Amino acid sequence: MGLFIAQILTGLANASALFMVASGLSLIFGVTRIVNFAHGSFYMLGAYVGYSFMQVLPGAWGFWTSILLAGLIVGLIGIVVEMLVLRPVYKAPELFQLVATFGVILVIQDLTLLVWGADDFLGPRAPGLKGIIRIMGEPIPKYDLALIALTPFVAFALWWLITKTRTGILVRAATQDREMVGALGVNQAWLFTGVFFLGCALAGLGGAVQLPKGGADLLMDFNILSAIFVVVVIGGMGSLPGAYVAAVLISVLNVFGVNYLPQSTLALMFVVMVVVLIFRPFGLFGREEVAGEHGQVGEPERPIKPAGQSARMIVMLGLGLLALLPLVGDSFIQVLITDIAIFCLFAASLHFLLGLGGLVSFGHAAYFGGGAYAAALLVTYAGTPMELALILAPLAAGLTAIIFGWVCLRLTGVYFAMLTLAFAQLLWSLVFQWGDFTGGDDGLVDIWPSEWASGTTTFYYLALVLCIGGIIILRHTAHSPFGYALRGARDSARQAEATGINTKHVQWVAFGFAGAMAGIAGGLFVFSKGSIFPNELEIARSFDALIVVFLGGVKTLAGGVVGGAALEGAKDYITRFEYWRLLLGLLIIFVVILAPDGIAGTLRKWAEKIGLMKREDRV
Amino acid sequence: MLEIKGVNSFYGKAHVLNDLSFDVERGQVVALLGRNGAGKTTTMKSVMQLVVPQTGSVTYQSADITRMPPHKVAKMGLGYVPEERRIFTDLTVMENLEVGRQPEREGTVTWSEDMLFDMFPNLAERRTNRGKELSGGEQQMLTIARTLMGNPSLILLDEPSEGIAPVIVEEMARVILRLKKDGLTVLLSEQNLHFAQAVADRVVIIESGTAKYKGTLAELNAQPEVRDTYLSV
Repeated sequence: MGLFIAQILTGLANASALFMVASGLSLIFGVTRIVNFAHGSFYMLGAYVGYSFMQVLPGAWGFWTSILLAGLIVGLIGIVVEMLVLRPVYKAPELFQLVATFGVILVIQDLTLLVWGADDFLGPRAPGLKGIIRIMGEPIPKYDLALIALTPFVAFALWWLITKTRTGILVRAATQDREMVGALGVNQAWLFTGVFFLGCALAGLGGAVQLPKGGADLLMDFNILSAIFVVVVIGGMGSLPGAYVAAVLISVLNVFGVNYLPQSTLALMFVVMVVVLIFRPFGLFGREEVAGEHGQVGEPERPIKPAGQSARMIVMLGLGLLALLPLVGDSFIQVLITDIAIFCLFAASLHFLLGLGGLVSFGHAAYFGGGAYAAALLVTYAGTPMELALILAPLAAGLTAIIFGWVCLRLTGVYFAMLTLAFAQLLWSLVFQWGDFTGGDDGLVDIWPSEWASGTTTFYYLALVLCIGGIIILRHTAHSPFGYALRGARDSARQAEATGINTKHVQWVAFGFAGAMAGIAGGLFVFSKGSIFPNELEIARSFDALIVVFLGGVKTLAGGVVGGAALEGAKDYITRFEYWRLLLGLLIIFVVILAPDGIAGTLRKWAEKIGLMKREDRV
Repeated sequence: MLEIKGVNSFYGKAHVLNDLSFDVERGQVVALLGRNGAGKTTTMKSVMQLVVPQTGSVTYQSADITRMPPHKVAKMGLGYVPEERRIFTDLTVMENLEVGRQPEREGTVTWSEDMLFDMFPNLAERRTNRGKELSGGEQQMLTIARTLMGNPSLILLDEPSEGIAPVIVEEMARVILRLKKDGLTVLLSEQNLHFAQAVADRVVIIESGTAKYKGTLAELNAQPEVRDTYLSV
């Protein structure tokens, strides 16, 4: 009994920081509709800033002042980010902003490294709260009890701000219809900035307040990211009470998980999230998301056309150059192009879902990594030859996508995105924690191509043929009746239903198809590298593909490929520098601000302006 | 007081307003009449700059407000009551009014919650109810009350009589005449000629985004052929 209570108390204490960070994320999403991927970065900054203040400010007074200062300073940094990075992109197509926030993650990562160095900091213990108290014989840190006591006050203050003040009323009104709030004379720009300040300050507070329990390190940003998204989704996007209940639920379950089911800890919260979303599709306290309800309907989709004569010529020319490359290029460049081609197919498969299906998947790495692991496992345990493995990899990935898609497609919008992320994480944690079978963190090694394809040049041609073939199939599908149905379901689900298209079914098939295509890329990847590690299934991998699709241009058919080539190429060059994340982050932010239609989309608009290309959409 | 001059507005790719020009004079009630899809709502939104005109200008109290952000337009004393009502359904009646609150403005009435509850007695009883718990008519009154909290000099009413019970339509007419008596200028859009007959001083008939007829109500009544051509009565 004592142990049981002790575990509940530990869970409640852990929920404290989680709630602060997650409520900030929830507020920001509720008002600005921005899925702020950089929220974990503000949490990390809070820890570092708080740590630095604690070094100079003495005593208990100094400790708590440091925490408040950390919140304030991180909030101010949030204002800078909002004004410089987000303001220019509020009008960009929905979800485009998340690419900008991804750039912010990279920039903050390197700036933190620059300022504080690579060493982890052990958090100082809270003066006056260093000891433990025995409750029913179990030792409970005093600081845990302080956190448990503190959190309700933070929650109450937030609740009061949101429900009782004019600012709170405006924030809630803007959550529902920000255009109308503007038409009533409220400057939404400052409302957004204010909310961003508050949200980031909460993340900073969370980061500082957990210092005595966790410390500060450079991995904190991604480590908390999935947890806060899970909390926000379980609670319901935009709901503060929801964030609190979900933070407690997740933290307490996690403590029990560590004790009774240690192999399951990574997967546990995602399982909870999947279960909650199946029964309550908009979270415990959330309400239904209606597309366009917030006065943010983007530019209408353009019709897409098969490539014209000149475009085909350019593509043929490009392919010809690629085919001739081994005559002039050394093996280094061949390996680079192989990597790029594989990544392009991966990106193109996500683009198919996202651009044509309007299905924003945050977990596409599941199918890339899934295909890769399927091939690797077949080779390792069954001695399967490469040829067969390359056929079975997309089948396995497609099957995975069909199973995951069946659940995910019950939801739409952000909840759909979150569910796909949850499933990807589930797969990742399975691979990570089932070490006996998958090799866990050590991965699977020694997976090489068959004898005939083992030369760099031969494999280069193999990868090129399969990737370009895959991309062409994706393009052709876009122009097939199935592609029309998919786009119809994207643009007007009801209209499509009324003409006899089973939209959910079409989307389901598309999900499986895109998964299989990502699986081909994954299969090729594992044979090109000779090994596979769980990080190919990570959130960061899914984000890579998302970034590429948005940067390339969601609304242009070539978007995925153009973005994939640009990012992979740029990475190869930029990663030679010490602070390459900073450079890459800034590059991404600049592209987002300067080319809100993506690289391909913006190039097309320019071409149309100077008359190189005809506008295809004049009625 | 309000001058719309050569305005061309697009909604997405569709060219909705086509060189639209007309004036609204201080203290008048002007009815913008036209069939469905004639461009009435886009006119209202183009005045508020919720739809930014591509060419042409909107002048309010001799200031050019074209391309001004909507919140600044509202702060100049233009009150907008949208067609779809767009009340904040999760907020209470009192909170909805709070969102509309703006400082008092010279040359126009300063409204308080109590004055508005006097004018809309139904809302008074429901002040702690959430927007989604109100009936359609009550929601329509709440949108008007919410906009009045901003103390506007000119109020834009987009199809105020649409989709509400006849008895409430009558009340709406009473409210508009009361606003006129208080010195407010009103631009309302309507499909319902009978409603316009009850409240308007002047009418502007638009079709395909162009003003086809401008005149007083009496003049329009003397020309039944105009009515028959542009309005489905």
